[in-house]
Amino acid sequence: MRDEATILHIDMDAFYASASLIARPELRGKPVVIGAGPRSVVLSATYEARALGIHAAMPVGRARRLAPHAIFIEPDHELYADISASVMEVFRSFTPLVEPLSLDEAFLDVAGVRRLIGDPIHIAESIRTRIADEQQITCSVGIATTKFVAKIASQHCKPDGLLKIEGDDVLTFLHPLPVKALWGVGPKTEEVLSRLGLRTIADVAHTPKTTLERALGQSAGEHLHNLAWGRDEREVYPWEPEKSISAAETFGEDLDDEEAILRELLRLTERVTQRLRERGFKARTIGISVRFADFSTISRSKTVRDATSVTHDIFETARSLYQNLHLDRVRVRLVSVRLENLEQAGESAEQLLLTQGPKWAESDQARDQANRRFGRGSVRPARLLRRPTRDAQDDSK
Amino acid sequence: MKITVERDALVDGLAWVSRSLSSRPIMPILLGISLEAAAGNLHLAAYDQEISGEAEVTAQVDAPGKAVVSGRLFTDVIRSLPHKPITFALEGSRLNITCGSSRFALPTMNAEDYPTLPILPAAAGEVDGELLSHAIAQVAVAAGRDDSLPVLTGVHVEIEGDKVTLAATDRYRLAVREFNWSSQKPNTSASALIRGRTLSEVAKSLSGNSKVTFALAPSGSHEHLVGFSTENRTTTTRMLDGTFPPYRHLLPNEASSVAIVEVSALMEAVRRVAVVVDKTSSLKLNFSDGALRLDAKSTDEAQATEEIAVDFEGDEISIAFNPTFLTDGLTAVGTPFVHIAFTASNKPAVLSGKASKDAAADDSYRYLLMPMRY
Repeated sequence: MRDEATILHIDMDAFYASASLIARPELRGKPVVIGAGPRSVVLSATYEARALGIHAAMPVGRARRLAPHAIFIEPDHELYADISASVMEVFRSFTPLVEPLSLDEAFLDVAGVRRLIGDPIHIAESIRTRIADEQQITCSVGIATTKFVAKIASQHCKPDGLLKIEGDDVLTFLHPLPVKALWGVGPKTEEVLSRLGLRTIADVAHTPKTTLERALGQSAGEHLHNLAWGRDEREVYPWEPEKSISAAETFGEDLDDEEAILRELLRLTERVTQRLRERGFKARTIGISVRFADFSTISRSKTVRDATSVTHDIFETARSLYQNLHLDRVRVRLVSVRLENLEQAGESAEQLLLTQGPKWAESDQARDQANRRFGRGSVRPARLLRRPTRDAQDDSK
Repeated sequence: MKITVERDALVDGLAWVSRSLSSRPIMPILLGISLEAAAGNLHLAAYDQEISGEAEVTAQVDAPGKAVVSGRLFTDVIRSLPHKPITFALEGSRLNITCGSSRFALPTMNAEDYPTLPILPAAAGEVDGELLSHAIAQVAVAAGRDDSLPVLTGVHVEIEGDKVTLAATDRYRLAVREFNWSSQKPNTSASALIRGRTLSEVAKSLSGNSKVTFALAPSGSHEHLVGFSTENRTTTTRMLDGTFPPYRHLLPNEASSVAIVEVSALMEAVRRVAVVVDKTSSLKLNFSDGALRLDAKSTDEAQATEEIAVDFEGDEISIAFNPTFLTDGLTAVGTPFVHIAFTASNKPAVLSGKASKDAAADDSYRYLLMPMRY
């Protein structure tokens, strides 16, 4: 274990809610719930809404009953992904050792960059200032000698806080906390521990390891015992999530008409390919998912020979993936289109064709230009001229 | 039915027909091979509704008759037998097989259920088997493998009088082969599209024959069959639906530069340099007076370069290819030297064979290869 507190756990404060409020500053300080569709769940809520008992993963219907006056807004996954990418970039500009845990939290190891940039508190403050400036959202940072304590520290100082736990202070900080603060203790383990009369981390620490092992199994028992003494050997494991772009559509009511479903697939393809081109990527793998009325879901994907960003070609692949499922008027609840294996356009050599087909790529370019100028959707395929069914969601990583 | 046949002849015949066995047939009877003995002959047949195969094997026929047995099982049994005469005797619904001291009894299927096999189309001619099988192999290499574009998985066969033209393209390359045959009718005009994979298999098994009769339904007829037959073997194949795209206008009439290269030297250089090429990068060829430089680079920056001597005339050119497509073409020309004609670095290069450095280029085979943009 390291001597100095150089592991940072950074967690955005009410990330989805804060991000959604950037464009709507008038809602600040009000109870706002992210998640609005009758069939959705709450993705996040502002601290004001949380005070009313609303929490993530709660069905929207229940949240509405709990807080009829709260403001419910649609999630904008595209925005979240963009902000998350920028935030992770900020982290990486301080240290290459960044381990994202999700869109809104990450571990950073700054041991190696202290000479270069400054001590961990200074780094943490710089990151907090930059993110507040650039993204207009706040975050909380826990600093400790281990990942586990850093994570507890950031939860402890939320929102908009910073807490550093030095190696010598770990036990003083840790021991009064309830057992459920330990990593890996869910309701079930908590119950087992409480039957043993263990309520705080100090209780766990002062229980013989063999007793814990007997109650929880050898590895879990040993693990908890170590954590309770502030021992956590895990290093920060840097990685970057695989780039992908996807869009999903939950239908207002289940669809069973192939024409209608294909039209939605085209609309989604249109949306993801536009974003693909905006970011200057091409995709090599095209995937679709279909969720049925009973919530069972199937996914299919195809990797094509040449990476492409052409709406027409990608739709043709998505269409054949769908048609190869040979669904016969099965009720479909949601479809999604996913582009993976992204590469920078122009990065790979392009195999030319002997005969040029219709100039779909040029048509896409012209459409993108018009849409930039006159707003998204001002030029679209004729099949999509009718108004869409609602409750759309976007998602990208 | 009671007959005796030579083991090796039977194994050969079975190899020919078992290509046409269905693996997942619409009718269960198509899992079977049909055996029919009459007048000194054992006739074998298999059929899967796309292709049919028939073979004749000389036999000593003691009692003529018919039987249908599971193709897979029968083939496995016969292959396992020693090199001795095999006797078949149909007793009730069982086929007894005796060879040396081995005995097998196989269940049979109802021979009355076996469908009538398609018959060879009328418009026919003859061609040397070796020539035909080489020509098919040269062209089939350019056929597409993507079943979502079925027309491009085919080899297009066109017959005008004495001339046969085979063509295939996957849109990245186009292979065209012309050869003469002796047509039974002087003014034959016909065309067909045949699945490349099927045709390649037929080609492989035809290569040992000096004379192959080749027949296809005349244009405009409702038959959709192509047939090949040799002395004692027949196979028919259903044509693919759809129209093969017009391709003759793609063949360039002139060239701005021409390279003459020894195939083995170029092939080795390409194979070496292409080691660093990954899926998304290309192999760059730079032709200048007397020399060809090959450059390859992968996206993660490994590099390779090699230079070989060539005869080159015309404007200097840099052009990039998919290395696999290039080696496919170099293999397909089948001659010690290759004649490569260029017009521009974004236009197809044309490969054709040359028996020696100074021989004239052989235009009967052309492999058009579209470059990559790098």
